[in-house]
Amino acid sequence: MALDLNAPPPPRRQRKVRWLRVYSWLLIGYLTVPIAAMVIYSFNQVEGGIPQVSFTWNGFTTKWYQQWSEIPGLTDSFWLSIRLALAATAIATVLGTLLALALVRYSPRQFKGKGLIDQTLFMNIAAPEIVMGASLLGLFASLHFARGFVTLLLSHAVFSIAYVTVTVRARLTGFDGRLEEAAGDLGAKPLTTFWLVTLPLITPGVMAGALMAFALSLDDFVASNFVSGSQLPFPVWVYGATRIGIPPQVFVFGTFIFLFGLGCAVLSVVLARRQPTHGRVSTGL
Amino acid sequence: MTERNSWFRRHRKTAVPYLLALPAVVWLIALFLIPLVVMLVKSLETCSPITGSCEMAWNWSIFHLEWSMFHKQFFTSLRYAGIATVIDLLLAFPIAYFIAFFSGRRKNFFLLMLLVPFFISFVIRTIIWQFLLSNSGIVLTVLRDLHLVGADYRILGTSTAVIAGMAYNYLPFTALPLYVSLERIDSSILDAGADLYAGKVMRFVKVVLPLCIPGIFAAFLLTFIPALGDYVNQQVLGGISNTMIGTIIQNLFLVNANYPGGSALSAILMGVSLIGILAYAKIVGTKSIGEYL
Repeated sequence: MALDLNAPPPPRRQRKVRWLRVYSWLLIGYLTVPIAAMVIYSFNQVEGGIPQVSFTWNGFTTKWYQQWSEIPGLTDSFWLSIRLALAATAIATVLGTLLALALVRYSPRQFKGKGLIDQTLFMNIAAPEIVMGASLLGLFASLHFARGFVTLLLSHAVFSIAYVTVTVRARLTGFDGRLEEAAGDLGAKPLTTFWLVTLPLITPGVMAGALMAFALSLDDFVASNFVSGSQLPFPVWVYGATRIGIPPQVFVFGTFIFLFGLGCAVLSVVLARRQPTHGRVSTGL
Repeated sequence: MTERNSWFRRHRKTAVPYLLALPAVVWLIALFLIPLVVMLVKSLETCSPITGSCEMAWNWSIFHLEWSMFHKQFFTSLRYAGIATVIDLLLAFPIAYFIAFFSGRRKNFFLLMLLVPFFISFVIRTIIWQFLLSNSGIVLTVLRDLHLVGADYRILGTSTAVIAGMAYNYLPFTALPLYVSLERIDSSILDAGADLYAGKVMRFVKVVLPLCIPGIFAAFLLTFIPALGDYVNQQVLGGISNTMIGTIIQNLFLVNANYPGGSALSAILMGVSLIGILAYAKIVGTKSIGEYL
C-alpha cells in the first residue's frame, strides 16, 4: 500500500521527505527525553541525609541498583502491581477473547444485542478514566465493600476487558472459518477443533490483547488512586512519594519496567514480521 | 435420552454466542454501567449533616451548587485539553504522514518509538517533566543561557507547564489513529489525483485530508477526553491558579469525602464526554475504534 520506495523519487519530493524525516527524528528525540533522564539519573549519587532523587549530577553510582529493594513500601507496591497486573490480565484476556469471538463469528441475527455491546465497549474505552474510578469508588462505598486488592482487581479487569476485546476482534476479522469446518469434516470434535485450530490461529491477537491489558494495569494511576485504599500499587505509591521526596530506587524500578516493556514490544514486532500474513503491525501495547 | 437433554442439544448451537459473551457482559454491566447509574443516583441524594446518612431526593440542587462553585475549573479543563489536543494534532500529523508514506523498512521502528512514552510509568514521566521544567532544570537553564527568557521566567506552576505535560503524555494517542488512517490511503488514488492535474496541495486538501477525517476524529477523541479528566499533570506541573476539574473531583472524593458533590461533577464530565463519544459513534461508527488502538 505504501508508495513504491524503490523507484527514484523526483528531487522535489525528496527534499520534502528530508524535512519530514528530520522532523520525525526530532519528535522521537523529544519523546525519549524523560526516559533518557530517568535511566541516567538512576545512576546519580545523592547528597544529604535521606536519599532523594535530584537532577543535579553528583557522580556515577550503581548503589541504587544494589539496594533496589531497600525501600519496603516501594518494593511491596511493585510486587502488588505485578500480581495485580497478572491477575487482571488473566481475567481480561479470557473474558475479552470469548466476547471478541462472539462478536466476530456471529451475525446480529444470531447474536442479538451485538450493537449494544459494541456501544458499551466503545463507551468504556472512550469514557474519562476519572469518572470510571470515581463511579467505582461510589459503588464500593455504597456496598460497604472494603478497598484493597479485590477492588483494584475488579476495576483493572473492567477497563482491560474492552481493550482486549477490540484488539482481539481487530485481528480476528481476517479469520478463515473454513479451516474449522475442515477440522470438523476430518472428524474433530468442537472442543478439539478449538484447541488445535482456532486457538493457534487467534493466539497472536490474544497475545497482543494480553500485553495491552498488562501494560494498562501496570501503569494505571487514575482509577487505582480511587479504589486502592491502604494497598498502594506502584504508580500510586510513587505519586504519594512526590510530596515527601522520591527515593532513587523509583528510577531503578522505572528502568526495569522500561526494559521489560521494550523487550515485549521488540518481541511483538519480530513475531509480527515472521507471520506470513501481511497484516497490520502490532501497534497496540 | 431425556427430554431436557434433547432441548439442550437443539438449542446448543444458538446459545453459543450468548454463552461466550456472558462473563464479559456481566462484568461490564456490574462494574461499568451500574457504577455510572449509582453515581448519578448518588448525586441526586440529600445527606443529613448530622447522621451522615443519605437518601434519594431527586435533588438537582447539588448540580446547581457544584456548577456555580466549580464551572471556572471546568472551563479551564476544556481550554487546556483543547489546546493540548490541537498541539498534539499539529505535532503528530507530520510524523504520522512520514511513517505511513516514507518510512519504508523502518516503519516498525518508528511506530515503536512513537509508543516510547508508554514504556515508563505515566506518573514517573510526569515527575521527570517536573524536574526538567523546574527553575534549575535543563529547559530553563538553556533558555536563560541563550538569553531567550529573563532570569525570573518560570514554567513550573503555569498553564504552559500543564499543557506541555498533557501534550507530551497524550501524543501517542493522537499519532496512532492518524497513522492508521493515513496508512490505509491507497497511493493509486493519489496518482489518480495527479493524473487529473491536481497539484500537490490540491491532492493533500482534496484527497488525503478527507480520507483521514475518521482518524483525525478518533485522535481527537482519544486525546481530548483523557486530557479533560486529567489531574496528574495539573497537580505535578501546575499550581493553584490553574486547577482543573479532575483535581476538584479527586479532592471531593478522596480528601473531603463529599461523594454527592464529586458524583455530580463526574456526571457533568461524563455528560460532556458522551457528546463527543456519541457524535463519533454516529458519524464514524463504534466498531472502528478497535482499528485505531
